[in-house]
Amino acid sequence: ILLSDGPSPAITPITPPTSVIAPLFIDTLCLDKCTTLREEVDDSFDINISVSDPEKVGDGMNAYMAYKVTTKTSMSLFKQREFSVKRRFSDFLGLHSKLASKYLHVGYIVPPAPEKSIVGMTKVKVGKEDQSSNEFVEKRRSALERYLMRTVKHHILLKDPDVLQFLESSELPRAVSTQALSSAGLLRMVNKAADAVNKMTIKMNESDAWFEEKQQHFESLDVQLRKLHISVESLVCHRKELSVNTAQFAKSAAMLGNSEDHTALSRALSQLAEVEEKMDQLHQDQANADFYLFSELLGDYVRLLAAVKGVFDHRIKTWQKWQDSQILLQKKREAEAKLQFTNKSDKLQQAKDEIKDMEGRVQQDERDFEQISRTIRKEVGRFEKERVKDFKTSIIKYLESLVLTQQQVIKSYFTFRYVTASV
Amino acid sequence: MTVCVLNVDLQTDATLQVDISDALSERDKVKFTVHTKSSLPNFKLNEFSVVRQHEEFIWLHDSFVENEEYAGYIIPPAPPRPDFDASREKLQKLGEGEGSMTKEEFTKMKQELEAEYLAIFKKTVAMHEVFLCRVAAHPVLRKDLNFHVFLEYNQDLSVRGKNKKEKLEDFFKNVVKSADGVLVAGVKDVDDFFEHEKTFLLEYHNRVKDASAKSDRMIRSHKNAADDINRIASSLYTLGTQDTTELCKFFLKVSELFEKTRKVESRVAADEDLKLSDLLKYYLRESQAAKDLLYRRSRSLVDYENANKALDKARSKNRDVLQAETSQQICCHKFEKISESAKQELIDFKTRRVAAFRKNLVELAELELKHAKGNLQLLQSCLGFMKTNT
Repeated sequence: ILLSDGPSPAITPITPPTSVIAPLFIDTLCLDKCTTLREEVDDSFDINISVSDPEKVGDGMNAYMAYKVTTKTSMSLFKQREFSVKRRFSDFLGLHSKLASKYLHVGYIVPPAPEKSIVGMTKVKVGKEDQSSNEFVEKRRSALERYLMRTVKHHILLKDPDVLQFLESSELPRAVSTQALSSAGLLRMVNKAADAVNKMTIKMNESDAWFEEKQQHFESLDVQLRKLHISVESLVCHRKELSVNTAQFAKSAAMLGNSEDHTALSRALSQLAEVEEKMDQLHQDQANADFYLFSELLGDYVRLLAAVKGVFDHRIKTWQKWQDSQILLQKKREAEAKLQFTNKSDKLQQAKDEIKDMEGRVQQDERDFEQISRTIRKEVGRFEKERVKDFKTSIIKYLESLVLTQQQVIKSYFTFRYVTASV
Repeated sequence: MTVCVLNVDLQTDATLQVDISDALSERDKVKFTVHTKSSLPNFKLNEFSVVRQHEEFIWLHDSFVENEEYAGYIIPPAPPRPDFDASREKLQKLGEGEGSMTKEEFTKMKQELEAEYLAIFKKTVAMHEVFLCRVAAHPVLRKDLNFHVFLEYNQDLSVRGKNKKEKLEDFFKNVVKSADGVLVAGVKDVDDFFEHEKTFLLEYHNRVKDASAKSDRMIRSHKNAADDINRIASSLYTLGTQDTTELCKFFLKVSELFEKTRKVESRVAADEDLKLSDLLKYYLRESQAAKDLLYRRSRSLVDYENANKALDKARSKNRDVLQAETSQQICCHKFEKISESAKQELIDFKTRRVAAFRKNLVELAELELKHAKGNLQLLQSCLGFMKTNT
């Protein structure tokens, strides 16, 4: 009852902000770029995606969960206004993989897909219809829904043909390279490691303070969000514990009431047991709200910040590439200069040609670098706007869940007080 | 000091009023100032105080238990030993970890632990006081000489802790007692009242024990959750001071809210502890004392029956008849005396129990309601503020 029925948060057509979100360290250059952001916001953005009806397909270790993905929209981008498809977890991973390879290296913050879980999935495959595997499926369903909503909220990604195909097409080619311990997976892990080593040796001459400030801001945000996430996870755990212990106490109080030989007191103790049973249920519901409205929000943003960091790292790589090209151009110019004093006219011509090519490359690399810098500026603005909205919406919903719980507590103890007073 | 919260109808009449007016916690002991007001002629003054330690309370309790004259009464259960070990350990750990946390965090945690220490301290004082109040309210025990010495003698009672030999003796006594207890419990009583009480108390005692343990676990989870909310509030505060978007105000507001609600949650746990856990723990001890009374009565019944058999044997052999007759009469008298007072004691026990439970359950309900309403108000005002400001 405490979780909203639809995907969270629901999207309604938004009016452009009346004041530009102004980071404290903004410079005048950026101000111009931020006003263009307003134009990017589509007045008729109206799309709602829900992931539902998890269904086990197949048996044993080859079994998988199929989820129904329903899209409701009035946008002309789509062929219909409401339609559903069936997708499995690896399809989502495949979609993310394609988007990441297309957009990350040019500076777009591509929302990360939910994490794999070998342990969690194995339990489901083995077929135990117990509470923990049900919880796992529900966690995953919710995560997939949030993932899709975040992806389509991005105006560029929404229009990507892979996204459209994912949402609309009834058949989807199996994404092959996402298997947990596949060779492709291992290869990717190795590449990531190599990248990390490379990064450590690149010292970029940051000419633009904005990027350094933003990077620091995101780094400290990451630290704080992780810390908060751990505390909220602990709260979820303790609330679940509280629920279990309350249920046990309720049973014990009922037993005590049974053996009490004073009739009125016996009745009061039974009432106590009833109240505590209600509390147990309330604690359980609240623990769910703690998790879905607060903990998962934080988890999502910790993962998103990793994508943001990735984008900043790509900019550094792009810069490095530009620097390397410039160095190479310089070398070729020196080589050409040397050749001037020899009589190898054909080699000289070759050198001049190479220099021309190289100059072109340098120009392209410079343009790439400026492009990614511009894109990141826009993306960061968009990201921060989303972040503000996400946190506000989720936390307000969370507080509303707390309000509901307290109201129920009051109702329960009110009845209890009435009964005990008559002992 | 606080009035006895666990027993309602302990008439503190003018003839004898006892309370603990002060207490001092030293390194490994607690010193209680026992304050007496009395119009009885037994005492030199009308009002006086002495300082006592836990061991002296135990000495007094044990002297009641060992006194044959009091075999027919429920001996008020001894207060548990003051236990600050866990709390002290936590304070020490905090001191060691001072370097690894911010000044605000350290101050906050220190205040928490000090409050916890104080709460344990108040509780131990209350429990020692309840013991004395129960004795002072008992028509026979209040006249006990040892009790008067305890209250008045303003020097150390030199009640050294039991040495090893005595501890061993106690251990064996308890083993025999429980074996006996099993034996004696099997004997069906002729008297319906006592038969019912035996069945009732055996079951009741076990269930109170279970309820007490489960209540403790539940309250501990509650405390843990409150601690988490405390940490969440701190993290939100840091986020609020660092954020560069309009979320900073938002985070600070929520942080402030959680600071307040977690104080309420801590109070909820503390009140549940006081009104529920302490109540159950106390009646665990009292029901044990009542069981002990039944055991003593059963023992005296066995002695009486044995004396009867011995008398029959003596009469059939026509030897030592007078001796056997006297012995039988003593046993009979003892058994009847115990039965008579035990009946009244058990009836009083029920009255006290019902009154204490009623009082505490009503107060528990009131407090839960008060705190929930408080929480609700905090949450709603914060929500109201946030919704109008977005």
